[in-house]
Amino acid sequence: MATQLVKPERFFLEKFGLTERHLERGLGAALGAQIDYADLYFEYRIGEVLSLEEGMIKRASKNISQGAGVRALAGEKTGYAFSDEISVQNLELAGSRAKAIAERAGAGNPPPVKVGGGPRHDLYPVRIQPIEIPVEKKIDLLQRIDAIARKEDPRIVQVMGSFASEYKIVLVATSAGVMIGDIQPLSRLNITCIAQEGDNRQMGTCGGGGRAEFEFFLEDGRFERYAKEAARLAIVNLSAADAPAGTTDVVLGPGWPGVLLHEAIGHGLEGDFNRKKTSAFTDRIGQRVASELVTVVDDGTIPSRRGSLNMDDEGTPTGRTVLIDRGILQGYLQDRLNARLMGMKPTGNGRRESYAFQPMPRMTNTFMLAGDSTPEEIIASVKRGLYAVTFGGGQVDITSGKFVFSASEAYLIEDGKITRPVKGATLIGHGPEVLTRVSMVGNDLKLDEGIGTCGKDGQLVPVGVGLPTIKIEGLTVGGTEGLNKAESFLQ
Amino acid sequence: MISKDIAEAVLQEAKRKGATEADLVLVENELVTVQVRLGEVETIRSAREVGLGLRLFFGKRSATSSTSDLSKGSLARLVEDTSVLAKVTAHDEFSGLPSAEECARSFPELHLYDPDGEALPVKDRIARAKEAEAAALAYDPRITNSEGADFSSNLYRIIYGSSHGFLGEYRGSTFSLAVTPIALFNGAMQRDYWYSYARYLSKLEPPEAIGRRAAERTIRRLGARKIKTQEVPVVFDPETAASLMRTLCSAVSGSSLYRGASFLIDRLGDRIASEIVSVYDDGTIQGYLGSKPFDGEGLPTRRNAVLENGILRSYLLDTYSARKLKLAPTGNAARGVGDVPTVGPTNFFLQPGPHDPAEIIRSVESGLYVTELIGPGVNLVTGDYSRGAVGFWIEKGELTYPVEEITVAGNLKEMLLGIEMVGNDLTFRNSVVAPTLKIRRMTIAGH
Repeated sequence: MATQLVKPERFFLEKFGLTERHLERGLGAALGAQIDYADLYFEYRIGEVLSLEEGMIKRASKNISQGAGVRALAGEKTGYAFSDEISVQNLELAGSRAKAIAERAGAGNPPPVKVGGGPRHDLYPVRIQPIEIPVEKKIDLLQRIDAIARKEDPRIVQVMGSFASEYKIVLVATSAGVMIGDIQPLSRLNITCIAQEGDNRQMGTCGGGGRAEFEFFLEDGRFERYAKEAARLAIVNLSAADAPAGTTDVVLGPGWPGVLLHEAIGHGLEGDFNRKKTSAFTDRIGQRVASELVTVVDDGTIPSRRGSLNMDDEGTPTGRTVLIDRGILQGYLQDRLNARLMGMKPTGNGRRESYAFQPMPRMTNTFMLAGDSTPEEIIASVKRGLYAVTFGGGQVDITSGKFVFSASEAYLIEDGKITRPVKGATLIGHGPEVLTRVSMVGNDLKLDEGIGTCGKDGQLVPVGVGLPTIKIEGLTVGGTEGLNKAESFLQ
Repeated sequence: MISKDIAEAVLQEAKRKGATEADLVLVENELVTVQVRLGEVETIRSAREVGLGLRLFFGKRSATSSTSDLSKGSLARLVEDTSVLAKVTAHDEFSGLPSAEECARSFPELHLYDPDGEALPVKDRIARAKEAEAAALAYDPRITNSEGADFSSNLYRIIYGSSHGFLGEYRGSTFSLAVTPIALFNGAMQRDYWYSYARYLSKLEPPEAIGRRAAERTIRRLGARKIKTQEVPVVFDPETAASLMRTLCSAVSGSSLYRGASFLIDRLGDRIASEIVSVYDDGTIQGYLGSKPFDGEGLPTRRNAVLENGILRSYLLDTYSARKLKLAPTGNAARGVGDVPTVGPTNFFLQPGPHDPAEIIRSVESGLYVTELIGPGVNLVTGDYSRGAVGFWIEKGELTYPVEEITVAGNLKEMLLGIEMVGNDLTFRNSVVAPTLKIRRMTIAGH
């Protein structure tokens, strides 16, 4: 398939024999006297996953899904109906169902629907979709990774690698008369190594990706770096001591530790929770929620990033939203529904996992801007603490503001020096307050490698995070060793 | 609509393309979700979705595929594309379908489907959600807000067929009602939830009871504080004990084990838990949430003793992991439409013990009662465990004040051996469940 020639606006109409009049009928069925807004969302997705373990390509899979969702909004009410059979009858049926759901009354005027319209980005101009690259090339990549990781250290006993790529065409037609589509490539390489020494087994994981061409993984030795890094992490953990338990100064390394921002503040600033006043950040715009060193943005417009999109899943162009400016809370992440109900503007953050779900406010790429300190200065400033550089995931209780994120590579800092590796541990804090204790911000902002997936209400979407090296004065570290014991262990 | 005819046609087509073995799963879901918030309907979502998952073998090479487009042309292309893909994968001597003899011969009636779900009007669903939320809001003036109440149902049909000639079908239904109230006191907000989940509408807890329970759980969290770092006995309530069971379930799963990604490799026959711990996986119990007549590869489900008096008796295995580990499959192949079969539990539970939950709490001089765990924090390879926790401080055998912003940590190997008491309060309100349990000692990190 010559995807570079596909125009999403035409793709669905041609593939399913629909015309613009049919879309109008679908929208017309969803509109009623009391319906404020209706939209149609079409999606076609092809995904491919290749995976290697025990030195062999054991799994190869190809997944195709297609469908359409119709939504009707009336005040705070949403009616949503979807079908995986795209046809005129189903669109009208779903439309009238969505309407019946959102409101009982009224006969609507079908709006005129035009192709195109609205500003748009071109953030991932891919010549050849990664999914169209011959599988042999991807298999070769995975086999080279296996060899590289095993060569790193004889204690690497297992290498698991997977390459996943997908290609998604979406089209949104709204009762405001806008019809706009997008083609969204996405790929991800993931490597896990297991190291063994006697009975001691440890795991290390690394990977990356984005909305880019296959060449991305070959450039700058990227795949080799991932392979070596996964092996290195597993080996480092072989000699890791138990992590300390208690409250201590924590230095977070650059990049993926930005998952802190995602959990501690990002979710709490999503419009839906703030409209409902269920977030710990409710009614706090204009207030100080971080030290003045801290500026945090959500930016869906960074070219080729995993969390970026030309438009959100409601057809709104993505943007750059300042969440915290020098410590002061600035704004929320909005979809269309919550923006309207709060009298704010949509920010291009209305996203959904697939046609089976209605959109919600979601993050894109969330990161903290760089400061002035060098990473060396930051580490040197810590008498005793934890230096955490690699993380698994995290979770937050939006209402109480309590969040956790789990380190998978960490070291003790003693007298300003990084000393011993310690095992991973969960870090826990309070979202509206943790960033007030950021006392140093590094000049080394880094975005993550492109591996993040965020879950909310059962919907998964790809996201990005980023962070410079930062110092947090006092964060609770959930290890098993007393802090004092860990110190004496060092002497 | 899915049908056995589609299954047979696709298997035929696979054979025509030269596949030596093939199997497939067809799934149809009819989903309805009603969400109510502060007494008003907020969202209604309704849909029917279908999917087909296909696996083809060419000798010992294989590939899988899936689609939601069941048109003839699309299915023919799918078989073609999967054949091409299968030829590039490695020759894996352990791959392949289970033998025909292993497949289920008869399908027991497990009462998994409630026909009452078919004609349940939307207004009844709304009424149930509204009643549950109203009960929560009325419970206490400090309940000031709500994330809402959801009533969801899924009526599903699953067809599994293989080139061995196995072709089975079953229907199932699930219903759930959940409420998440929010309490505000002294400027701090807390939320908690309660839910009921069942195969039969009539087995759901009454909406009013769910609402009250959700409110009670939320109110008791008000005024939560952080505590100091220390090592103490920890009591897990049934919900958090169930989360420990889910972790155990992953650790005894064949797919983790053959990769060396579990702390329980090579431990069959060993004592891995205290002798009061017995754990079973049983997919044959009538009407239970995890029951099914056959697994994702057509094997009959059965009752597996996973742990008996602390001794590891069985792993949970699908055909592939069983062959890799030189064991027999246990009827635990789980099959999603878009994935290769993997290992999954059916009804996985910790056998109840003799103790009343209150008696377990009374046995603790000072310690922690855990009611919620958050974050990933489990390393299956090493057993290292460190998760965010919410709960209550136990002092002289009584629950005193609520606790938050702490972690509980240990190693699963020691945690399993350190289970000192098991409660008598097991209910099958989900597919993986446990009663209250007490672990001798864990590290709490706080101040």
